[in-house]
Amino acid sequence: MNQRILIADDEPNIVISLEFVMQQSGFETRTAANGDEALKAVAEFRPHLLLLDVMMPVRNGYEVCQTVRDNPALKGVKIVMLTAKGRELEVAKGLAIGADAYVTKPFATQELLDTVRRLLGP
Amino acid sequence: MTLRFIGAWIACFVLCFGCVAGVLLALHFGLEPVQRVRFSEALLSAGGLLPLLVLVLLAATGFLAQWLTHAYFRPLRRLAEGTRLIASSNPGFRTEADGMTEVRRLAQAVNLLAEQRESAMNDVAVRIAQAHAELDEERNRLAALMSELAHSVVVCNAEGLILLYNQRARELFSGGVRKVGDRAPPAYIGLGRSLFSLIERDLVAHSIDYLGSRVAQGEPQPVAAFMIASGPGRLLRARMAPVTATAGAGKPGSAMEITGYVLLLEDASEEVALGERRDRLQQRLLENARAVLASIRAAAENLLNYPDADAARRQQFTAIINEEAHRLGAELEHATREYSDAIKSHWSPEQIRAVDLVELIRRRIESHYGLATHAAELDTDAWVNVDSYTMMLAVCALARRLAEEWGVRKVRFRVTAAARSVHLELEWTEARLPAATALAWEGAPLDLAGGADSLTFREVLQRHHGESWYESDPASEYSRFHMLLPLAAPDRPPAFHPSRDSRPEYYDFDLFNQPDQTRELDDLPLRKLTYTVFDTETTGLDPSAGDEIISIGAVRIVNGRLLASEIFDQLVDPQRPITEASARIHGIRPEMLQGQPTLKPVLSAFHRFCEDTALVGHNAAFDLRFLQLKEEATGVRFTQPVLDTLLLSAVLHGDLESHVLEAIAERYGINVVGRHTAVGDAIVTGEIFLRMIPLLEGRGIVTLRQAREASQRTLYARVRY
Repeated sequence: MNQRILIADDEPNIVISLEFVMQQSGFETRTAANGDEALKAVAEFRPHLLLLDVMMPVRNGYEVCQTVRDNPALKGVKIVMLTAKGRELEVAKGLAIGADAYVTKPFATQELLDTVRRLLGP
Repeated sequence: MTLRFIGAWIACFVLCFGCVAGVLLALHFGLEPVQRVRFSEALLSAGGLLPLLVLVLLAATGFLAQWLTHAYFRPLRRLAEGTRLIASSNPGFRTEADGMTEVRRLAQAVNLLAEQRESAMNDVAVRIAQAHAELDEERNRLAALMSELAHSVVVCNAEGLILLYNQRARELFSGGVRKVGDRAPPAYIGLGRSLFSLIERDLVAHSIDYLGSRVAQGEPQPVAAFMIASGPGRLLRARMAPVTATAGAGKPGSAMEITGYVLLLEDASEEVALGERRDRLQQRLLENARAVLASIRAAAENLLNYPDADAARRQQFTAIINEEAHRLGAELEHATREYSDAIKSHWSPEQIRAVDLVELIRRRIESHYGLATHAAELDTDAWVNVDSYTMMLAVCALARRLAEEWGVRKVRFRVTAAARSVHLELEWTEARLPAATALAWEGAPLDLAGGADSLTFREVLQRHHGESWYESDPASEYSRFHMLLPLAAPDRPPAFHPSRDSRPEYYDFDLFNQPDQTRELDDLPLRKLTYTVFDTETTGLDPSAGDEIISIGAVRIVNGRLLASEIFDQLVDPQRPITEASARIHGIRPEMLQGQPTLKPVLSAFHRFCEDTALVGHNAAFDLRFLQLKEEATGVRFTQPVLDTLLLSAVLHGDLESHVLEAIAERYGINVVGRHTAVGDAIVTGEIFLRMIPLLEGRGIVTLRQAREASQRTLYARVRY
């Protein structure tokens, strides 16, 4: 069974590219354009990994991350934060609230793919 | 006087009656027994005459008592009053010589003595003045230095009482009455007032702790820096340094003690707002650029890494790259525009001689664009207020286009000063521009700051409150851009004029030695109290019949000095018409009251102004009646102790009948100017009050409580309005 990845970002262009890369690598994907959609999709789609943009409308990535981490039923979900905020303290915050990795935009898609594979394991 | 007269009368009468009775008794006992009987019979037969005798005696002694009162008692009493006045407060006062010759001689002698004393005092005063002159000069130099500073300076003692402030600080904290709708009562800066009414105590306390620990550790000049949010949207940047003195001066190893603080303040609101705006701009640009680049990079990598993707996919990624590249362009455009606005709002004109500005322009034109320049006519006395860098770039931009687009090789400059403006002309001969071209140049963005600015030549001129136009006179071989800039007066900073007259009153170092302020005001000596001397002007004399206050004026007395620069002066809209009769007295016309605040905000501001002081007024009962009637409506209550110079005058000079302000002022040798304005009357009252303090002390009235009690005892205290 394919592993599932939820891509949450309000920039449609990056979502298209990421979805393509993940599908090419054999993952099943779904997308969300804001924080609320992301939480809804987490509940329905039960992803193994979340690619989560920080700056999203309605509910930002930090909030989504915290909500997911608060729910014991979602314990195994891996979270990769994607963000245009590259300052050290923002990285620290992302990791502190439970993200497994923090990737600063712009990033190399292959490196992101490596991170995803590493987190999801063999 | 009446009592004394009656006493004298009774004494005379008893004396005369006693004499007559004595003579009769002596006669009676000196006679032989037979003669005695006859004498008694004669007296008894004349007994009917006794009431007549008494009446005659009464009349005679009455006249005698009257004569004594006029010839001796009254003149002597006046003489005593006058002598006391000379001794304690008005050395120039001379006693009136009336009454009998002896009394007149005594008065002349007193006057002679007063004359000698006055001239001796003047001699001493001259010597003291000379001795103080140098010290005063030092102080004034310090005050002058302070007032020229671009920063606001406030010096306070260790308890936070203000000892010194400069004009800038006064402007920064210029409270005054705010217009209706502004709720917070304004804060006032003033000598002897607390710093904590201006700045939150906790904020300062933290810095005081910090400075204290630094000084204790032996750091010679520590400085604490902090920001103060003062009022809506206002930020002050503060730097605070301690004033130290060595406790037990001279002894080795004695510790430094903090006796006060110097506070430097500047309004940083604009700067901070601008900084925040730039930060936001920068952050937005960075984040958006990262997001855009992420999309571009991911799409590009997909094109590279998956060459086998179908054509539609590849087309999609190419479109993404194109779209995101455009978005980045738009983002940069936005940032450029915003950034140039941020630069525009940070405008800092400086004063420069127009010829120096031309010199800067010529140097740049020659070095950057290779044009030959020369100056045709230069007025060396013309000063302008410009941001010289921007102005230089604006003019150079025109010269560059002349050179590049029209092949002009040589320009010349003229500077001429008119009454209120400076003409700056850029002239050339080689080309005549169509008017449309010149207009387009004036409206075209300048290439300032590496293209990051979109100011036009015209905007630069507008920002300098100037004008510009293109002239091409067919009769003359020259074409020119003509610029007109406002003339600036040299040697005078444009934004700030310290008031030299009132300067010496901005400091009072004696407050360093102020005893603790917490004791009950009532038991403090009159000399030590801080007073607010006030007066009001009203629409009429009867507050209970609807007359209203139309002006409140007040001045402060601190440490025995009248601070003419710390005044409260506010007109009030009485919300009722003013009669002609009252307008004639106070000179306040109805149109002067239009747009003035109503009583409520004025009273709360005045209440703030006279916090922690005793009130002084002339015939204060009248003014207080007005204030009391308004207590309920305004919610402002004046609970301070009040002294009335009218009552005090009655206490001091009961026999010198007139207690109207002018008469008292004349008695004390005080010049009366600006009467019948609230502030003018308050100042006169204040000066009178200061002269009264030593006179009161001469009568054993030293504390506020004693002064109030003595006032209450006088007859005038029973007058009610």
